[in-house]
Amino acid sequence: MTPQEIYENLKDKFGESIVSFEEDIADPFVTVAAKSLADVAQYLAQDEALAFDFLMCLSGVDLGAKDPNYYVVYHLYSMPRRHKLVLKILLSKEEEPHVSTVEHIWRTANWHERETYDLYGIIFDGHSDLRRILLPDDWEGYPMRKDYTEPEFYRGMRVPY
Amino acid sequence: MAAPEQDSKIIELKPFTDEMIVSMGPQHPSTHGVLRLELKLDGEVVRDAIPHVGYLHRCFEKHSENLNYQQIIPFTDRMDYIAAMNMNWGFCLAVEQLMAKEEGKFPGVPERGEYLRILIGELNRIGSHLLSFGTYGMDIGAFTPFLYAFRDREKILLLFEKICGARLTYNYIRVGGVSRDTPPGFLDEVKEFIDYFEPQIDVYNSLLTANRIFIERTANVAVMDAEMAINYGITGPNLRGAGLQWDLRKDETYSIYDRFDFDVPVGRDIPELGVVSGDCWNRYKVRMDEMKESVRIIRQILDSGLPDGPIQAELKAVRPPKGEIFSRSEAPRGELGFYIVSDGTPKPVRVKAKSPCFTALSALQELSRGLMVADIIAIIGSIDIVMGEVDR
Repeated sequence: MTPQEIYENLKDKFGESIVSFEEDIADPFVTVAAKSLADVAQYLAQDEALAFDFLMCLSGVDLGAKDPNYYVVYHLYSMPRRHKLVLKILLSKEEEPHVSTVEHIWRTANWHERETYDLYGIIFDGHSDLRRILLPDDWEGYPMRKDYTEPEFYRGMRVPY
Repeated sequence: MAAPEQDSKIIELKPFTDEMIVSMGPQHPSTHGVLRLELKLDGEVVRDAIPHVGYLHRCFEKHSENLNYQQIIPFTDRMDYIAAMNMNWGFCLAVEQLMAKEEGKFPGVPERGEYLRILIGELNRIGSHLLSFGTYGMDIGAFTPFLYAFRDREKILLLFEKICGARLTYNYIRVGGVSRDTPPGFLDEVKEFIDYFEPQIDVYNSLLTANRIFIERTANVAVMDAEMAINYGITGPNLRGAGLQWDLRKDETYSIYDRFDFDVPVGRDIPELGVVSGDCWNRYKVRMDEMKESVRIIRQILDSGLPDGPIQAELKAVRPPKGEIFSRSEAPRGELGFYIVSDGTPKPVRVKAKSPCFTALSALQELSRGLMVADIIAIIGSIDIVMGEVDR
């Protein structure tokens, strides 16, 4: 199926929760309301005609001070149907960013979500083991956020070089 | 004296002895880099193995946001430093695909550049699999294959040194082509190497693949079926070892791989050896077979010869249009993905590297539960991780 058809399929099924569809210059993507992500993901993975069994990538994105949102981007692929889809979630910077986990659908999301939490501070509700993965456990702040400034010292070691 | 009845009942109810926590790594020769495993042991049996990564984290993604596209390429070298050519290639492919979205921005890689990329990429695949083969033997207790593998990998490194001047971090594949043309006599040397190397694969197979002790250590250990592999996002030889014929070079072909004739080896059950599809032995064997296929591709390039012409497209500037792309390519360890968000300036807003080793390592916990400590070593070797790529 083309991304357009998948979008229409999702729109029929979930209505309001599917916010928009954009023909980006490269990868077209579907924006989903954060609260219904888990249901949409479940449907995408289990529906016979969609069969998205492979989560290729899960990334956090921060576009800088101009943009009021953080993004979580899911790149999905279907091995049996050979089509792909990009899902986007918008999370406001005003409040603590929360989104439900998809770990129970694609187990690979476990580490990817930990990484996104580690670097962007996005909290995945329902995750089995949400703790830092790449950075030390006692590191402060979320370095991939554009407004991050590194600490002067970490355990007595100078950080900026 | 017979034990009191009550005691035997307690033993029955509590079959485990005391749990012992052992920290394996980060400095352990068998962990292929700085990986720490927190093992929860019941005697010799592993109840849980929790990987702790990040010792080699060098903020690749954060650095990328402050560099222009050309400057990022050397950083990709340092991800999977065993297959740095393929890392360069994966990144350049993503940038090129994004640039190509805008009319007239990217004229395409010249023929000679594509041929050189495949030639070098496949040589690096052989080099990478050789290292995997050698260290796997050493992990399991066979020292000799390691010496053989490094002797032959050295020949590949010398070829790379001739073409780009570096032995480990090449920075050879650039956006639009490659950085240097072949030195005089290079193709003859590649042919000499291939002629020497092809029979060597059979020597390796007789050294290790068919070795009884090796089979005992790896057959039917940590079986991962294709469904589990896909659910964990595992790709490359680890997925093919589970019996699924899936290779991006064929299934989502890029560059000019569609012009070459090669097979995609997969794992299978061999009852007389006791191996089953998706076990450690099959994951290892797929790599051995892939080396033969890479030799086949290189031979086809040598037979047809490199086409004349430029090696690098003429680009005014490497400045992709506003937009985003997720591009993936088949690196020796699986699908290497790059997610690039561009705002039309010379620097990317976001670069995310989806590393195949990262996802492969995330399955370790489930694979190792209930096995012996020695099996952990067999699993780590068989999923073939490079920590530089896991931690980025």
